[in-house]
Amino acid sequence: MAEFEPKIIAFVCNWCTYCGADLAGTSRMKYPPNVRMIKVPCTGRIDVMFLIKAFDRGADAIWVSGCHPGDCHYTSGNFYARRRWGIFRKCLEFVGINPKRVHFSWISAAEGKKFVDTIRNINKEVKKLGPFKGYKEIIDDKRLI
Amino acid sequence: MTKIGVFICWCGENIARTVDVEKVTQVIAQLPGVVHSEHYKYMCSDPGQNKIKDAIRAYKLDGVVVAACSPHMHESTFRNACAEAGLNPYLCEMANIREHCSWVHDDKEKATEKAIDLVKVMVNKVRRNSKLFPIKVPIEKTALVIGGGIAGIQSAIDIANAGHKVILVEKEPSIGGHMSQLSETFPTLDCSQCILTPRMVECFKHPNITVYTYSEVENVDGYVGNFNVKIRQKAKYVDHKTCTGCGDCWNKCPQKKIPNSFEMNLGMRTAIYIPFPQAVPNKPVIDKENCIKLTKDKCGICEKICPPKSINYQDKDKIIEVKVGAIVAATGFTLYSIEKHPTEDVLKGYGEYGYGIYPDVIDGLQFERLASASGPTSGEIRRISDGKEPETVVFIKCVGSRDNAKGIPYCSKICCMYTAKHAMLYKHKVHHGKAYVFYMDIRSNGKDYDEFVRRAIEEDGVMYIRGRVSKIYRENGKYVVKGADTLTGEQVEIKADMVVLATAMVAQEGVDKLCQILRIPYNQFNFMAEAHPKLKPVETNTAGVFLAGCCQFPKDIPETVAQASGAAAKVLGLFANDELERSPVTAIVNRETCVGCFMCEKVCPYNAIEREEIKDREGKVIRVIAKVNKGLCQGCGPCVAICPSKSIDLEGFMDEELYAEINTL
Repeated sequence: MAEFEPKIIAFVCNWCTYCGADLAGTSRMKYPPNVRMIKVPCTGRIDVMFLIKAFDRGADAIWVSGCHPGDCHYTSGNFYARRRWGIFRKCLEFVGINPKRVHFSWISAAEGKKFVDTIRNINKEVKKLGPFKGYKEIIDDKRLI
Repeated sequence: MTKIGVFICWCGENIARTVDVEKVTQVIAQLPGVVHSEHYKYMCSDPGQNKIKDAIRAYKLDGVVVAACSPHMHESTFRNACAEAGLNPYLCEMANIREHCSWVHDDKEKATEKAIDLVKVMVNKVRRNSKLFPIKVPIEKTALVIGGGIAGIQSAIDIANAGHKVILVEKEPSIGGHMSQLSETFPTLDCSQCILTPRMVECFKHPNITVYTYSEVENVDGYVGNFNVKIRQKAKYVDHKTCTGCGDCWNKCPQKKIPNSFEMNLGMRTAIYIPFPQAVPNKPVIDKENCIKLTKDKCGICEKICPPKSINYQDKDKIIEVKVGAIVAATGFTLYSIEKHPTEDVLKGYGEYGYGIYPDVIDGLQFERLASASGPTSGEIRRISDGKEPETVVFIKCVGSRDNAKGIPYCSKICCMYTAKHAMLYKHKVHHGKAYVFYMDIRSNGKDYDEFVRRAIEEDGVMYIRGRVSKIYRENGKYVVKGADTLTGEQVEIKADMVVLATAMVAQEGVDKLCQILRIPYNQFNFMAEAHPKLKPVETNTAGVFLAGCCQFPKDIPETVAQASGAAAKVLGLFANDELERSPVTAIVNRETCVGCFMCEKVCPYNAIEREEIKDREGKVIRVIAKVNKGLCQGCGPCVAICPSKSIDLEGFMDEELYAEINTL
């Protein structure tokens, strides 16, 4: 059986993490190809519905990454993201989605290596959890039709 | 959006080596909405850009996706190309298949699969992109310069000479800054005041420059091109319009023993004073903390004897409100105070050197005042304790700087040069004197700088000892300096008459508050943060605010002047247009669904949410809703995420566009 390759959707902020990813690219660092990044201007822009939608569409894990607290390009957007995540984690537990499937990180434009290390980390964690079947089970439940 | 053109770049071999560009082109061509899909070796080149322009015209494209390098590299290139072909530039997006794909993956199959996904995502986003047009805001072509040292003066003169008005704010009673305290400047040994005072006068008398001395910036509102600034001018108690600067008042003032900060407390001044004879403006202010009339309501001599009757004890602080288009911050530096600091202080002092305890252990600026012809000793090097000429002077470099234990890891840049200068000046004035310099390194890397230090060593006989000083103590009227000479491997003990410490350059006090007022970032040492350490040394991340001089980081005078002119050039670039074009990636409120909860207002870091009243036909206010000030909005998006009714959206990153991206995957 082929090894499980998790599908990871990443929401990254344009200024720090996206540039950190660019730096990883410029430095030709190698990492697994199963991450798809979606660029937002600031992590503060991320609505939790994006994360739910991503799970709905088959993501096995979600990764949100932005500027370090205090360094937000827009001064405070990442603080709101951090607070939102704190509450959302409780929500996920309530709904029954393992919060370990959502990762949060602060990666600056100079941290190409941290970007790569985080991807490897997330891959390792999610492989342990296995594929996310949550929504598929609910959608397949004939009782809802 | 049904006619999208997709252009896949090979980037030479950078992408094509790993990603099968042929396959990507074919797969993408099958997507709904894509009418044209091609690949080319170098999309950013002229022929590459022409392919895009030709396709736009031929297929009447209303959306373009370029799959190539990072948008941080070439988004503006391709957007401009689209604009030239008549397509709104915001209908063009880039998919990053280089930095995020071909450069980081080895597996060709997986990399191609990922590239296809990345391009699909952007195609689906562009299908929902709307045309956006840059926002034009008017520009007030007046500049504010904060700080009247050489940096502020240079910037002000450059901007004023280009025909724009400048407002210069200086917190001391005179402009000139630290450069006016120096005796001579390296490497030419030019008299500092002689080269500075003509600039000071030019600045003060310039028809386009208004100078507010004894003033500070209290508040800044607004945004680039439209800043509203409040300046607090402290009460001078002297009407500078009628005062002639005759000096009768300070000659007769009975309070004569106030330490003069200009003289680094080595000289005294009166309560009504000018800080130094060449002060600009050459008119006095009254120090209200030490004036007998203002504190105890006795005396009043100056008012009685002033011929034009310029003294007014009822004077009050004034708040001056001005509108400016750009701000240059040039607040300069101060020297690290090296007395014993409390242990909780991040900057711990050098108590072991006896500074603050031994009167003859002084710092660089104090030595400048001793050496200065208009200083407290008329230019003669004399011990503070007994006024005698010192026979042996020890200079210690790197006091505080480059020392993690004291909390200052950086190099203060100018001390190697000014220590060589001080040692030379001492030797020029006291021919038989002995000068020793304890150093870790000699950093003399400007034009004629190394030759200057060589001169000190070879011609003036200054003795350089490579090593640090562990302790200074007093013995029989002399100061015993215990150090090491690492080149000979021996301990060294010198009995000095005076010790001069090259203390670290630190940011001025209160700079952190100013940075918060200006909304610019600053680092842990309170140095103002430039927008990019290599390529944007005079700009900040806040549009319209620029930096010049040591407030950004320690530097010498030629670099300060260059940076000041650089900041001025940026300001002039801003003022060169009649209107400012701002990125249209801003928030927009749906007036129908907004209920006026103003959660958006709470999260906006730029105060860009305003209140709009919705009135009925009779003029009665039905509700108050949010409105975005497009001049202030920077397009970050927390307002969108937090809106409970989803009545606000971010152009360029609309909910619809982002959901489309997610749904693609």
